[in-house]
Amino acid sequence: MTGALFEYALRMGDSCLILGHRVSEWCGHAPAIEEDIALANTALDLIGQTQMWLGLAGEIEGKGRTADNLAYLRDARDFRNLLLVERPNVDFAHTIVREVLFDLWHFHTLGALQASADARVAAIAEKALKEVSYHLQRSADLTIRLGDGTDESHSRMRAALDALWPYAGEMFLEDDIDVALAETGVGPALGTVKPLWEADMRRMLDQATLSWPKSSHVQKGGKTGVHTEALGYVLADMQFLQRAYPGATW
Amino acid sequence: MYAQLVKTDGHGVKSLDEMDPQERAFQERIDDNQKIEPKDWMPEGYRKTLIRQISQHAHSEIVGQLPEGNWITRAPTLERKAILLAKVQDEAGHGLYLYCAAETLGVSRDELLAQLHAGKAKYSSIFNYPTLTWADIGAIGWLVDGAAIMNQVPLQRCSFGPYSRAMIRICKEESFHQRQGYDIMMKLSAGTEAQKAMAQDALNRWWWPSLMMFGPSDADSVHSAQSMAWKIKQNTNDELRQKFVDQTVPQAEFIGLTVPDPDLMWNEEKGGHDFGEIDWAEFYEVLKGNGPCNAERMAARVKAWEDGAWVRDGLNAYAEKAAARKTVTQTAAE
Ligand SMILES: [Fe+2]
Ligand SMILES: [Fe+2]
Ligand SMILES: [Fe+2]
Repeated sequence: MTGALFEYALRMGDSCLILGHRVSEWCGHAPAIEEDIALANTALDLIGQTQMWLGLAGEIEGKGRTADNLAYLRDARDFRNLLLVERPNVDFAHTIVREVLFDLWHFHTLGALQASADARVAAIAEKALKEVSYHLQRSADLTIRLGDGTDESHSRMRAALDALWPYAGEMFLEDDIDVALAETGVGPALGTVKPLWEADMRRMLDQATLSWPKSSHVQKGGKTGVHTEALGYVLADMQFLQRAYPGATW
Repeated sequence: MYAQLVKTDGHGVKSLDEMDPQERAFQERIDDNQKIEPKDWMPEGYRKTLIRQISQHAHSEIVGQLPEGNWITRAPTLERKAILLAKVQDEAGHGLYLYCAAETLGVSRDELLAQLHAGKAKYSSIFNYPTLTWADIGAIGWLVDGAAIMNQVPLQRCSFGPYSRAMIRICKEESFHQRQGYDIMMKLSAGTEAQKAMAQDALNRWWWPSLMMFGPSDADSVHSAQSMAWKIKQNTNDELRQKFVDQTVPQAEFIGLTVPDPDLMWNEEKGGHDFGEIDWAEFYEVLKGNGPCNAERMAARVKAWEDGAWVRDGLNAYAEKAAARKTVTQTAAE
């Protein structure tokens, strides 16, 4: 059970960290100043949530590893983030679609985690949910407006949705860790999150004039540390200073 | 600040007696420290100078995201990453307030951005220097934001209301920027030999460009007098540069770093530091577009704008459709 919660905290923390990293790559390059500000704000929230989740993971592990140690000194095989969040930015459409697929899952997951039997988990969920509600509001709104915008914005959103859809399924793939946590009331039963996600997603895609993607194939592996090639480059960037100057404090 | 060389259209400063009654009344309000608001009458030169100054300042905030943004993904700890993100987010926010302030003078943000992208508008040349190591992020906060604060604090009393109010909001955030930068430098200076060397190297590269941020020497600054009469500039370039040097030198000493100026010396008589001659040839070269990163910075901004066109168009198209649907619904309801 302790081992399961450690893994779960890594999954949550790593997904926040890697998505925060991807979103932060936009800084100074967004389509409008308002977007520069909003994307930086989203990244900032996600890094804050990373600190909470990885802090909890370190605490549970009890070997003195801090959130920074976990973020900066693990290799890709030890990362537990969803594959979805490591997918590259490509363009603004991919960025927003990746965001909305994740935000909607994140929102319902945190909603359930607020009632976690573990008080530490419930507290993180409560704090994060406020931020994530706003992320979702923004990504859903942009999805609708760009889906139902011009022909070009529609077709870009379409392409992004089709490209990223196979990565959404991993969010709902239940494994032993999910089951163990659901049994003890620490984590949500993924079976309860999925229908909420699907109902909201259906409504949103409808409004965005985007049809439900046809593919039902699921790309998986992130939760057990088998990632896409993209993650290695993210970590090479992110961990550069800690690796080049071992033991230094910053 | 970030407005190093703002042209005024005046041909020397007129005395009150040389002014026509409207202009004289305007100058008297300024002399009386009243704020000028967008709807008030103002001389064309005042309007144009302000548009140039505010837009240069806004462009600088926006272009200024790039050198620091360059290190967000590589920040060495989660906390440093969060602080840097918050800082760069603030800078984009400053850009936004300032474009809004400029818009009150009858020019749109899109027009101003078009000038920037066409290479017709200036931004602070400091952002044309590269951020090569993490210490550069410290040096920028400490020195560049430090220099910006020197300039912006007096601008809170600027005669133009919207600019003055934007400056008041911005200054509140700038001191956090300066502190986080100095804090990075302090930590590096107390760190390993490699970290100390990194900090000293950053100071060596950023010191002189930071002094250039105050613009040419008063003797060579043709536009200062009119701007000062209009109170859109409160101190001369040299006064502010002196203040900056006097504030910063002890900060460098405190953390064991050496300011890269062999001529730097405390002058008891003037109660300030004497310092070496700035390489103005370098300043004008960077201003002309020949700095180490001018081409990259502009290319990055132009690319962001062009790549974002479909997004802005998409959002506009949606807004139009939504408005049309609303009209139809209203008509149907009547
Ligand atoms: Fe700023
Ligand atoms: Fe700034
Ligand atoms: Fe700043």
